[in-house]
Amino acid sequence: MTLDASARDAGIGIPRPRPAIRRSPDLSWLGVVPFFAFAFLFLIGPVLYLVWGAFQNADGQFTFANILALGSANIVASFSLTIRLSLLSAFMGALAGLLLGQAVILGGLPLWVRNAFTTFSGVASNFAGVPLAFAFIATLGRLGLVTVLLRDLFGINLYASGFNLFSFFGVSLVYLYFQLPLMFLIIAPALDGLKREWREAAEILGASRRQYWRMVGLPVLFPTILGCFLLLFANAFGTLATVYALMGSGFDVVPIVLFQQIRGNVLYNPNLGYALALGMVVIMAVSNTAYLILRNRAERWQK
Amino acid sequence: MKARFPLAAVLTALFAASFFIVPLIATFYFSLKMVRGELGFAAYAAVFNSADFLRTISYSTVASLVAIAVGALLIVPTAYWVRLKMPRLRPVIEFISLLPLIVPPVVLVFGYIRLFGSNSWLPLTTTTAGTDVLLVIGYVVLSMPYMFRAVDNGMAAIDIVTLTEAAESLGASRWRTIAFVIFPNVRAAIISGAFLTFSISLGEFVLASLLNRPAFGPYLVQLGQDRAYEPAALAIMSFAFTWGCMALMQVFATTKPGQGWLPRLLPRAKRNTA
Repeated sequence: MTLDASARDAGIGIPRPRPAIRRSPDLSWLGVVPFFAFAFLFLIGPVLYLVWGAFQNADGQFTFANILALGSANIVASFSLTIRLSLLSAFMGALAGLLLGQAVILGGLPLWVRNAFTTFSGVASNFAGVPLAFAFIATLGRLGLVTVLLRDLFGINLYASGFNLFSFFGVSLVYLYFQLPLMFLIIAPALDGLKREWREAAEILGASRRQYWRMVGLPVLFPTILGCFLLLFANAFGTLATVYALMGSGFDVVPIVLFQQIRGNVLYNPNLGYALALGMVVIMAVSNTAYLILRNRAERWQK
Repeated sequence: MKARFPLAAVLTALFAASFFIVPLIATFYFSLKMVRGELGFAAYAAVFNSADFLRTISYSTVASLVAIAVGALLIVPTAYWVRLKMPRLRPVIEFISLLPLIVPPVVLVFGYIRLFGSNSWLPLTTTTAGTDVLLVIGYVVLSMPYMFRAVDNGMAAIDIVTLTEAAESLGASRWRTIAFVIFPNVRAAIISGAFLTFSISLGEFVLASLLNRPAFGPYLVQLGQDRAYEPAALAIMSFAFTWGCMALMQVFATTKPGQGWLPRLLPRAKRNTA
């Protein structure tokens, strides 16, 4: 530091005296010890324990057998079912949420419509679990109100025409009740970020509505949409209570398989259970990380 | 471009609105039909007269409230300390607080059962009290992402450093500063996080069921298997409950520091400063 600068820093031209007190050792890290202790003991520790166990056999020796056992037919089927269900429900949620967002935010509807949907979405995206399953059973179950009304008033027999709430498609329809509002909430800022000038510029250059969306709107939104899709995917993948209350224990999505194994104590090999848990965490981690990366990428346009 | 009636947008909004509302109406209607041939609140009465309902809902309420208190005691000092002294650690803490979003509850509780089981160094699952503790801890973990975000946003809104320096120069100790200066300023943020925690943990099923606690979530599932009309009544009540929690959360999330406990219903007359 030059003399000039230090004189300016001190403000009065006299070099500051060195602090006379010796600094005590910096103990400020002690303040975060409780949080880290808690996190290691009750969040990271248990997960690491499972990950560690996934690579051990019953005698505690290192092995890949559990990971390889994930390749057995029923576990592959269970992962495949869960992934297909999550993909379908994320796809439906993302598409419907995007259409709703486009209509409500950019479609020229009055502001109160948007506010009403935003408020409702905040509630509905948290209304998952057992009560949601009950609500759909009362609506579209065999004796549900909509089922009965369609039959008595319009002569449409839903269940005879192939619809079944307690099926793959039925479950994804139930998931849509929390996926759609979640998509609406997280896509809204991106839709707001579509600048009016881009649309005007496109129109001046003679673009039709379709061309604007195909060549400007969707490419700008694409990282956001993909990121949201992955978030919805993870959201559906980890869902247990809703699907359990709806389908019972016989519907072999991965969370239910793991749930049954833990509860029934039928784990002839707990290390295989660890491998199942590891598989779930890996899938959740990959989709969430990709979501975060894509979100950062998408924020380029929102400056 | 001429403004025309946004037909497609209106149809989309109507379609979405009916998807949201029809299940609620249907469930409500269904819940009124318990007594054959008439509409009434018999299902609701049956729910409230059930001893199991009262027992499980009180258990879950207590567990959720304790989880909120523990979560606040853990998160508030940490968020404060990190902002004040170790800002470089903030991304790490934020990352850890988001981890529960990628660890499914069923995996978390599986880890608990194995790590704190009968032959562990900390055998929590062998006693009732220990299992209760584990359940509460699980709820603290599940709510950590929301609690941390709420509190951290609250801290961002006030000038922590200046407030702390002011308190210290007036002679307040560290704890006094946290308890009487920082805490009141982020109270609204904490309460906002608390309502979300409450709505998550009150009807939580996976942890409670696998830890074998008499909580509300497992009771709901059992009821769904045994009865027809009471579940519909409970679904309506729990939707109303979620709605209430979210509304209160919104109110407190938008409350500014120093604005008081309750939102003011009428704008206060502007004080004459002249």
